[in-house]
Amino acid sequence: MSDVKYTDQHEWVRVEGELGVMGISAYAAEQLGDIVYVELPDIGKTVSQGDEIAVVESVKAASEVYAPVSGEVIEINDALGEAPDKVNEDAGGDGWFLKMKISDPSELDKLMDESAYKTFVEGLG
Amino acid sequence: MTGGIKTTSGNRGLQQEEELIFELAQPGVSGVDLPGTKGGPSCLGGLERTRPIGLPGLSEPEAVRHYVRLSQKNYSIDTGLYPLGSCTMKHNPRLNEKMVRLPGFADVHPLQPVETVQGALELIDVCAHWLKKLTGMTAVAMSPRAGAHGELCGLMTIRAAHKARGHKRKYVLVPDSAHGTNPASAAACSYEVKTIPSKKDGRVDLGALRGALDEDCAALMLTNPNTCGLFERDVLDIAEAVHDAGAYFYCDGANFNALVGKVRPGDLGVDAMHINLHKTFSTPHGGGGPGSGPVVLSEALASFAPLPFVVTKPQGGFDLVETAEQGTQALGRLGAFHGQMGMFVRAVAYMMSHGADGLRQVAEDAVLSANYIRARLEDVMSVSFEGPCMHEVLFDDRFLQGSGVSTLDFAKALIDEGYHPMTVYFPLVVHGAMLVEPTESESKHSLDRFIETMRALARAAREEGAAARFAAAPQWTPRRRLDETRAARQPVLRWQPDSASAEAAE
Amino acid sequence: MRYLPLTEPDRRTMLEAVGVSSVDDLFTDVPKTARLESLIDLPCAQGEWQVERALTAMAAKSMSAGSAPFFVGGGAYRHHIPASVDHLIQRSEFLTSYTPYQPEVSQGTLQALFEFQTQVAMLTGMDVANASMYDGSTACAEAVAMARRVTKRPGAVLSGGLHPQYTHVTVTLSDYAGFKIKRAPASPDGVEALEDLIDDQTACVVVQYPDFYGSITDLGALAEAVHAQGALLIVVVTEIVALGLIRAPGDMGADIVVGEGQSLGVGLNFGGPYLGLFATRQKYVRQMPGRLCGQTVDADGRRGFVLTLSTREQHIRREKATSNICTNAGLCCLAWTIHLTLLGESGLRKLARLCHERAVELAEALSALDVIDVVTPTFFNEFTLRLSRPASQIVSELAGRGVLGGLAVPRLLPGEAELENLLIVAATETNTDEDVAALVTAMKEVV
Repeated sequence: MSDVKYTDQHEWVRVEGELGVMGISAYAAEQLGDIVYVELPDIGKTVSQGDEIAVVESVKAASEVYAPVSGEVIEINDALGEAPDKVNEDAGGDGWFLKMKISDPSELDKLMDESAYKTFVEGLG
Repeated sequence: MTGGIKTTSGNRGLQQEEELIFELAQPGVSGVDLPGTKGGPSCLGGLERTRPIGLPGLSEPEAVRHYVRLSQKNYSIDTGLYPLGSCTMKHNPRLNEKMVRLPGFADVHPLQPVETVQGALELIDVCAHWLKKLTGMTAVAMSPRAGAHGELCGLMTIRAAHKARGHKRKYVLVPDSAHGTNPASAAACSYEVKTIPSKKDGRVDLGALRGALDEDCAALMLTNPNTCGLFERDVLDIAEAVHDAGAYFYCDGANFNALVGKVRPGDLGVDAMHINLHKTFSTPHGGGGPGSGPVVLSEALASFAPLPFVVTKPQGGFDLVETAEQGTQALGRLGAFHGQMGMFVRAVAYMMSHGADGLRQVAEDAVLSANYIRARLEDVMSVSFEGPCMHEVLFDDRFLQGSGVSTLDFAKALIDEGYHPMTVYFPLVVHGAMLVEPTESESKHSLDRFIETMRALARAAREEGAAARFAAAPQWTPRRRLDETRAARQPVLRWQPDSASAEAAE
Repeated sequence: MRYLPLTEPDRRTMLEAVGVSSVDDLFTDVPKTARLESLIDLPCAQGEWQVERALTAMAAKSMSAGSAPFFVGGGAYRHHIPASVDHLIQRSEFLTSYTPYQPEVSQGTLQALFEFQTQVAMLTGMDVANASMYDGSTACAEAVAMARRVTKRPGAVLSGGLHPQYTHVTVTLSDYAGFKIKRAPASPDGVEALEDLIDDQTACVVVQYPDFYGSITDLGALAEAVHAQGALLIVVVTEIVALGLIRAPGDMGADIVVGEGQSLGVGLNFGGPYLGLFATRQKYVRQMPGRLCGQTVDADGRRGFVLTLSTREQHIRREKATSNICTNAGLCCLAWTIHLTLLGESGLRKLARLCHERAVELAEALSALDVIDVVTPTFFNEFTLRLSRPASQIVSELAGRGVLGGLAVPRLLPGEAELENLLIVAATETNTDEDVAALVTAMKEVV
């Protein structure tokens, strides 16, 4: 089981060496309905934990996505341009949004692990 | 395919399938006869177009048939009741259409010499006069093209007034129940937006408002009656608080139909209010436009109104103030020419036809009809707020809980019953909102039929198999539910010749 | 009252069902001081013929364009509209229908919009067009705002040949949005050096084609210069019929084309309602303001149309929307598309050719009068004359002789001495040989 952490805004981040891969959770994707577009940031953009970093659009709504940790955007998932449905189908895998160079790994400690997030979601009812 | 026997043509009786003009047209066909060209010298600087445009042409019979068939796929006010909350879908009088086509209004150019368009200027002046009288306000900016444009205008006059007083205010207060155009207009004016919560009774929280007001607040944008169809009882205290903080009170006039002839926004402390002529004053919705959004202004804001404006000359007659040199404090210009003249003529014909007494009756009947619907549906549907409403009544989806039927499904099933749905999912302050506004143009017979239908649907929603039935709706329309996801994921926003036919054309 | 169906017995029954004795009991939330006891001081209800009589008398106080030799342009043009256009837009299902948010009962409006969008894209030579804006001037201002979003730069350059009111609108709206505008000086002869005003803070350059004074310029070189600096070229077209005869802006490198559609289907209407056209490249589609109609399929797999990409709009993005716009030009859009469908390619090209021929003839006849110079060597159907004395006086004197001879430039650009004697004259297919003769005769008398 890889080391995935979750925010209370339903973003996930998975550490791969110095980089963090992020996306939104399957729960979030389900709540949004059919996703039609993902607005991704420019490569090189730096963000602090909690800053707006992307926007997810479904037919009737647009939702902000926030940076789970601080860092610099290194790579974005171009495939989402043609196939935004990847986020609905595989939010934790193929539906990844971007990779970032994490500037402060200690921020990960404030996030929820897989089972804590599961409990959190159940509590939302 | 549902609803009966399959046909070979794909048509179903009067319901005709109709292709696109690009698929119907043949090259070189035109429905307009023009005289021959002479082929003289040209002054085009070598920029004459060489390649074909690709536009289709139809003869008159083909064109008429095409558009008549298209029209038959639309619901309209003339077809039936439109319970759309916030839209005021009242009858569009045909006298208005006749008057707007009078040559002295329709066939005059905005830039003809002012002496040659006195009748047109008089019409604008008459329209302005009625709007000022009905609202009890000092001045009116006639130029905004639509409600949202009017909101922008109102905020811009407020910004100009603050600037003239040497104040740099940063944000605008907006209730959480506000229409999306409110914060969008504020942002277009470089204002930040701060949201004020509503109380359990659906009205703005006065305490929260007082707490949020400070010297950085430029204005409050309030809709009254609000988007839940309720009159803001605390409006005088709200106005006082806003003015005490040195801010201005902007009122979104979308719901003026509840008040016209009975209450004047000027008496409520309003500084600026846009009026939707296509709502309260019956100018036609035309499938989405054009609108018109004149903005009435208080004394404090009047001198900042944008160009142009009609003025009366001391020696009689009318003049037009059009340029910055002529209109000193005006905040600038929001649109070329003079505004939506075609909508002014229609609104004046409407206002003159109703008169002060008729307009007062409009508000009374609109409010009575909405309350009648509330009273006759409150036992089978969930009314969101207790007590009387104004011209519209808000329901939410609590009555559908456990049925598997959503507000959307309910709305689509209403289509099969022969009605356009009510406004759904707005305002955002209740879950699965359904906002119903009948207007004063519905007969009691029409209201009763609508009520019976809604009662039957509410019952049907709780029956066995309801979820599947409602999810399949509508069944009896020219098209069934359309795949909006596909339209957004793979946008196809124009017809393209496919390569085979494109080659053939060359 | 003829528009109010409820009778007194109806009202009594309804009041009883609601549980109140009078309708005023439903207004108790209104502060007492604001409840009007008596009627507002305005005339009472009138019958149809009374209203008709009053408004007909009022309308008669204006000189209609059709009643005189007419040569006024300046961003609005008088063309002939086929009878079926007005007849079709008055069909109930078009006139009295709402915005097509419920597509199953709005396929008529939606299909017409899809056809409209395609026609606009074809005519302008661009990839995609929206379902219309309020008018050409607000479309121009929205294009500048869009360029800012796309390039993330704070400035714009406006040509001296842009319609003065379009300039004023763009400057007003940009000012409020915190945007910096550079304006080139007025250029009646169509010559200006816009490239010198572009820098790395420029989001866009806005030019009009043909320009306010009538000149037609090849935009290719300007487009290259603009793109080299990483900015966008916005082309404004105020006489859409011109595109039936001259090269499309999209073929010359435009990134956004906006225009006024009034010439087709809409009529003069003393300035409104008009019709804003807006077209751009595929790559910018998500930054485009306004409504968009898209093709899709229904539950039975049949082709249908819906409003789409709505997440750009105010009702969803609220303060982050691409624009606050809520309506489009609706019925004007429909009138435009019907008129253009009736014309077809062959009709539009012929119509444009007729307008140009008439204008060339007129320019020749007028420049033959010694005291008049034609300032614009190239033009479509509108050109600028330099007279020997102030154009405003000339226009007044012509009107006194029953001729609506053109637009005096100082009316829109007052206080600029070098523009004082300039008159802009427009010709269309509605001008006859007699009209031309009348203008020439009247001009001889007044100049």
